Amino acid sequence: MEVSLRPEVTRAAGAAQAEPTPVKIAVSNLNFYYGSKQALTDIGIDLRTNVVTAFIGPSGCGKSTFLRTLNRMNDIIPGTRAEGTIAINGRNIYAPGTDVVALRRQVGMVFQKSNPFPKSIFENVAYGLRINGLAKGRRDLEERVEQSLSRAALWEEVKDRLHDSALALSGGQQQRLCIARALAIRPDVLLMDEPASALDPIATQRIEELIYDLKRNYTIVIVTHNMQQAARVSDHTAFFWLGKLVEFGPTEKIFTNPAEKLTEDYVTGRFG
Amino acid sequence: MTIERHARHFQEELEQLKARLLEMGGLAEDRLRLAVRGLVERDLALVERVLVSDGAINQLHIEIDDRCFKLLALHQPMAVDLRSIVSAVKINTDLERVGDLAVNIAEAAGRYLEHPPVKELIDIPRMADIAQGMLRDALDAYVRRDMTLAQDVLNRDDELDLLKTMVFRELLTHMLRDPSTIEPSLDLVLISRHLERVGDHATNVAEDVIFMVSAKDVRHHIDDT
Repeated sequence: MEVSLRPEVTRAAGAAQAEPTPVKIAVSNLNFYYGSKQALTDIGIDLRTNVVTAFIGPSGCGKSTFLRTLNRMNDIIPGTRAEGTIAINGRNIYAPGTDVVALRRQVGMVFQKSNPFPKSIFENVAYGLRINGLAKGRRDLEERVEQSLSRAALWEEVKDRLHDSALALSGGQQQRLCIARALAIRPDVLLMDEPASALDPIATQRIEELIYDLKRNYTIVIVTHNMQQAARVSDHTAFFWLGKLVEFGPTEKIFTNPAEKLTEDYVTGRFG
Repeated sequence: MTIERHARHFQEELEQLKARLLEMGGLAEDRLRLAVRGLVERDLALVERVLVSDGAINQLHIEIDDRCFKLLALHQPMAVDLRSIVSAVKINTDLERVGDLAVNIAEAAGRYLEHPPVKELIDIPRMADIAQGMLRDALDAYVRRDMTLAQDVLNRDDELDLLKTMVFRELLTHMLRDPSTIEPSLDLVLISRHLERVGDHATNVAEDVIFMVSAKDVRHHIDDT
């Protein structure tokens, strides 16, 4: 099935809303392989600044793989190979000589299962600041920890027990702690891989509201197998199928009147 | 820590929807008032203002439906949120119809004003007051989720029906006595009929409010046994 997405189509669709924000991540002709198996085929997409973009699609469609190409997280898997370009702020992150550590500072990531370090709440957030030498002294460190926890909507709940173990927090709080940890090193892109799939509905709602608030300051890309969540939190939605980008456009369009039959079949639950 | 606080963003959208519906209600009510005032004061300029400016209501009609459509698609509302959006869709239709009825009244008023007055207009302005009051209160009930007020609107509908019947009987005597009054009298009958219809739409809105708040369907008196 030959379905491809032309960036200009996307731009035209996006323009129907407000003035589109600048492109933060421009992906073109991206192919990705696990050994000889091709996982992504000819992906082209523009992800815009201060916008929440959701990737949806059935299991194995490539959405998580694609998310991980955006900060080269797949590099750690042996035998993988990427072709094409991903330009963040105009610079190709697959160009030789790219500082991958710096890239991952700029492009933070939050995973499905919250993974706090077995340390205090404070240390979880302070850790990245310390090893990256980002804080100037104790005072600055404390301020940055507070700011990150506040931005992750966790400060009020933990300010009186910052030195308790992070593992004593609830699942939803742990996930927000992981978001605070990612925010501490001041990324400008935040990748989220199923950030709420292990949480109860109330904790999920808090994460979703947080995502909504965070887009003021960050460019957010979220992978979710929960279509309703994509509908609720995102501005743009990209639908993947068999390693291809089938359709990309404003979320309301994807969920009310998608252009592709395949997208319609997926969002209406006819397959997937 | 309340759930409501967490769902702030969706709640904001619901508030905006409410505000737009109120705006729509305000426009419909204004046009109604203008049409009846034009009739009572025999001011053709007022009547014509109603005839030319339907655009704002029509635009809101579409915008509100579009908002509801997107809220349903993107937020999958449940329980009272679901009922309030479905109610908003229906209320929107009723308000748009009220706007159309204002135009119908203005058209009939325009024709009526071409003739000398058939009678002093007393019951028709009264009907207009009642219908407007019902509409306003039904919308207030929607905003405040006030079942008592909604029920009160339902109770007032009989009064309007009664007045319509009275207007018709009175005009019938005029028409029988003097056939030259038939044409303008028929326009007054039509106007009273339109005003009674406004009351019916206000009643629909009130019924939707009761459904939204309590999930009880009071239409067609199916609960009366």
